Amino acid sequence: MASPVAVATQGGLGRAWDVVWRARRLVERNVLVYRHQWIVILSGVAEPIFYLIGIGMGLGGLVRTVGLPDGRSISYTAYVAPALLATAAMNGAVFETIFNVFFKLNFRKTYDGILATPMGISEIAIGEMLWALMRASLYAVSMLVLMTALGLILSPWALLTLPVTLFVAATFSATGLAGTAFLRTVQDFDIPMGLIVMPMFLFSGTFFPISAYPIPIQVFMQATPLFHSISLIRGLTTGLMGLEQVWDFAYLVGFFSLAMVIAMRRMERKLIK
Amino acid sequence: MSAVPARARTGAVALSLRPATHLFHRNWLVYKRIWYRSLFFGFLQPFMFLAAMGLGVGALLARSNPTAFGPVGYIGFLGPGLLGATVMQTASFESTYPIMNKIMWGRNYEAILSSPLSTRNIVLGELGWIAFRIASIATIFLTVLVIFGIARSPLAVLAIPVAGLTGLGFASWLIAFASTQLNDIGFSWVYRFVINPLFLFSGTFFPLTQMPQAVQVFAWLTPLFHGVELLRGLILGSLDLGTAPWHLAYLLAFFGIGLLLADRSLARRLAS
Amino acid sequence: MSGAPGDALVRARKLTKRFGSFTAVDGIDFDVRPAEAFGFLGPNGAGKTSTMRMIACASPVTDGDLAVIGMNPASQAREIKARLGVVPQVDNLDTELTVRENLEMYARYFDIPGSVARSRADELLEFVQLAERAKDQVEPLSGGMKRRLTIARALINEPQLVILDEPTTGLDPQARHLLWDRLYRLKQRGATLIITTHYMDEAEQLCDRLVVMDKARIVAEGSPLELIERYATREVLELRFGDVKRASLDGQLQGLAERVEELPDRTLVYTDDGEAALDEVHRRNIPVQSALVRRASLEDVFLSLTGRSLVE
Ligand SMILES: Nc1ncnc2c1ncn2[C@@H]1O[C@H](COP(=O)(O)OP(=O)(O)OP(=O)(O)O)[C@@H](O)[C@H]1O
Ligand SMILES: [Mg+2]
Repeated sequence: MASPVAVATQGGLGRAWDVVWRARRLVERNVLVYRHQWIVILSGVAEPIFYLIGIGMGLGGLVRTVGLPDGRSISYTAYVAPALLATAAMNGAVFETIFNVFFKLNFRKTYDGILATPMGISEIAIGEMLWALMRASLYAVSMLVLMTALGLILSPWALLTLPVTLFVAATFSATGLAGTAFLRTVQDFDIPMGLIVMPMFLFSGTFFPISAYPIPIQVFMQATPLFHSISLIRGLTTGLMGLEQVWDFAYLVGFFSLAMVIAMRRMERKLIK
Repeated sequence: MSAVPARARTGAVALSLRPATHLFHRNWLVYKRIWYRSLFFGFLQPFMFLAAMGLGVGALLARSNPTAFGPVGYIGFLGPGLLGATVMQTASFESTYPIMNKIMWGRNYEAILSSPLSTRNIVLGELGWIAFRIASIATIFLTVLVIFGIARSPLAVLAIPVAGLTGLGFASWLIAFASTQLNDIGFSWVYRFVINPLFLFSGTFFPLTQMPQAVQVFAWLTPLFHGVELLRGLILGSLDLGTAPWHLAYLLAFFGIGLLLADRSLARRLAS
Repeated sequence: MSGAPGDALVRARKLTKRFGSFTAVDGIDFDVRPAEAFGFLGPNGAGKTSTMRMIACASPVTDGDLAVIGMNPASQAREIKARLGVVPQVDNLDTELTVRENLEMYARYFDIPGSVARSRADELLEFVQLAERAKDQVEPLSGGMKRRLTIARALINEPQLVILDEPTTGLDPQARHLLWDRLYRLKQRGATLIITTHYMDEAEQLCDRLVVMDKARIVAEGSPLELIERYATREVLELRFGDVKRASLDGQLQGLAERVEELPDRTLVYTDDGEAALDEVHRRNIPVQSALVRRASLEDVFLSLTGRSLVE
């Protein structure tokens, strides 16, 4: 245990690291829970793959090619794949932080017991995020492997795809955590899922360029974090990198920070009475 | 079971229908607090899907492959398929977690069974409830299809009972399955390896002809495929009277078997 | 309050807890000394759990001062919690883990090395008699077994201060006695205990000192014996009247004893000589269904301090 003096003299970064380090306990707990059910997690790999095959083969055969802003035409599958990668990262993170955390928070009361130990709210929040991140990265890596195998990686920029996808997953874990503390009943899941996740999935340039829509709607679509995640990851895998992608990244950094602050506050409100 | 004389059996069915309405009523009491929300999302989801996939992907298709879907366009192909998929998802959800909750977590059935109600009443009551939910969702969906100009034939109204039958097929099999499960892990498997693949590969988003032969044969075996074919025919007014009875027969048989399984499986579970 | 401020392991001054405008704990003062067992008694809703949760750093102090092991719960919660064992009123076991995993995982939250955690888990499972259920999930355990596991979990870090909120509620008599014995030995080894309970025999057995809370305030403080001497007489005569309307007895018991207490099912007559009082009851021809003379207990203190219908 760090002495009070040591804690006091350490900077903010040192203290933040302490929290992350202690948060590993929560990851260990989740590993323990899933130790006998790892196959449930592993089988989640199938989901984006089904989508890639289904949409790629089914629709790809009909749509054939999509024109990029730089004049190139790429196969529809290559167009959709990075978007499915970003979506997989989002879904993995959001599922863990919204559904699982909600049940632990409200029904299982898992955190009440943990809070009686030296673990604090920050440790719990960060721990759950780390775990969600690990889960999301499993799906991201498997998607990347498949994309490489199918020749859907069109640019050396793609080397950056993995870290960027992890950052996307972190952003959505923080967002999910910020949101879950607002939910009261199981029926409330409709709100984040139906009003946020689903529309984002459909309208963030996932399956078609958003230029198909009128400008006002485009502006609205560009406000979502998934839009920027897809734009950034698509830029990396297709080699379409420019100022826009720099802005995408800046936007995600801002969104991540905001989500983190809200998540911490809300968890505190929810757990401390 | 087969030894029971026919008259006694119809009597048993009549007997089990009336008490089953109590269960329906109970679910209604819970639902009526959120019905407006449920209807709202029931409307929003198909609306968004059609606006995104139908119009967005439709625009891409119109450019690269204008004739692929004939006069109805991609959105006309997608609409009825999506109705089938939504029905399957709603029915699946309603017959997995809530049922397990009433068996195990909330122990509602235990409480209900200490009243004069039987497990058969419970099965019929739950299925009646799910049929009601699907019918209401299908009605809203159909409204959306009318708004998008997809539903053209007056026969489209028949899509509601067909949607109900398709949904009940899934619901009955899944109630049977849920009754055998000791935790909800099995449901993850069902969603991941049955429901979601069916969602993608039953001719909902794209014609099965895009798929290899093996996938097509597999899809023909699934109930969602037959449901979607019927729905598409009814809604677009292109019903093929030669194949329609077969689709219908498949759906009826699927539901009939599911009903027997659900009845048995739940009775066995609640007796233990 | 006795003792220099330095010796108290837990020290509260004007400690207050409010939920919105509702005051659950209203400016209470108390000191818990090292190596004693300190009890909180009081009727439902008196504010016992709210107080315990503040001590356990689970609930922020609204007003007043609280020091736990010489530290401030607001700023040093982690250091304090490292040395506490907490048995909450409602079990909050990790229902996704097995019995044994509950203990071992809890140990990890305290950074207890794996080998130590395993041997402590073994020992504690033995103690709470759950060794055969070690591999089972928590959910199907009986209520009393869950309670025992929660108690074992609270001891995994060999706490210096153990906070037990109604620890034996739901336990069978044998398990209760085992726990009392264990707590007694814990205290012998120098641990400090804070206990709430609705069982007066438990409080009498376990607590060196206790406070009685009522309506968010402390209404009495002392050792069980002191409290009995102060708030009860030496003996108590319990009378049951059956169906007779008690209102019709009004006045008939007058002058019988220092104090008479009406309970829903019986009437308690506080007196130093129970037999004499009973003779007097017979002499006055009061129609008693049954009568019993016994020594006064903490229960009588509790009733006289918090009971509603005081006669005389
Ligand atoms: N989180 C909360 N929000 C609002 N009010 C609360 C909260 N927790 C406790 N209270 C109120 O504070 C009062 C004291 O509650 P507390 O749980 O401390 O009582 P207690 O003495 O432990 O009672 P019991 O013997 O029933 O356990 C009660 O009126 C209760 O309703
Ligand atoms: Mg209490």
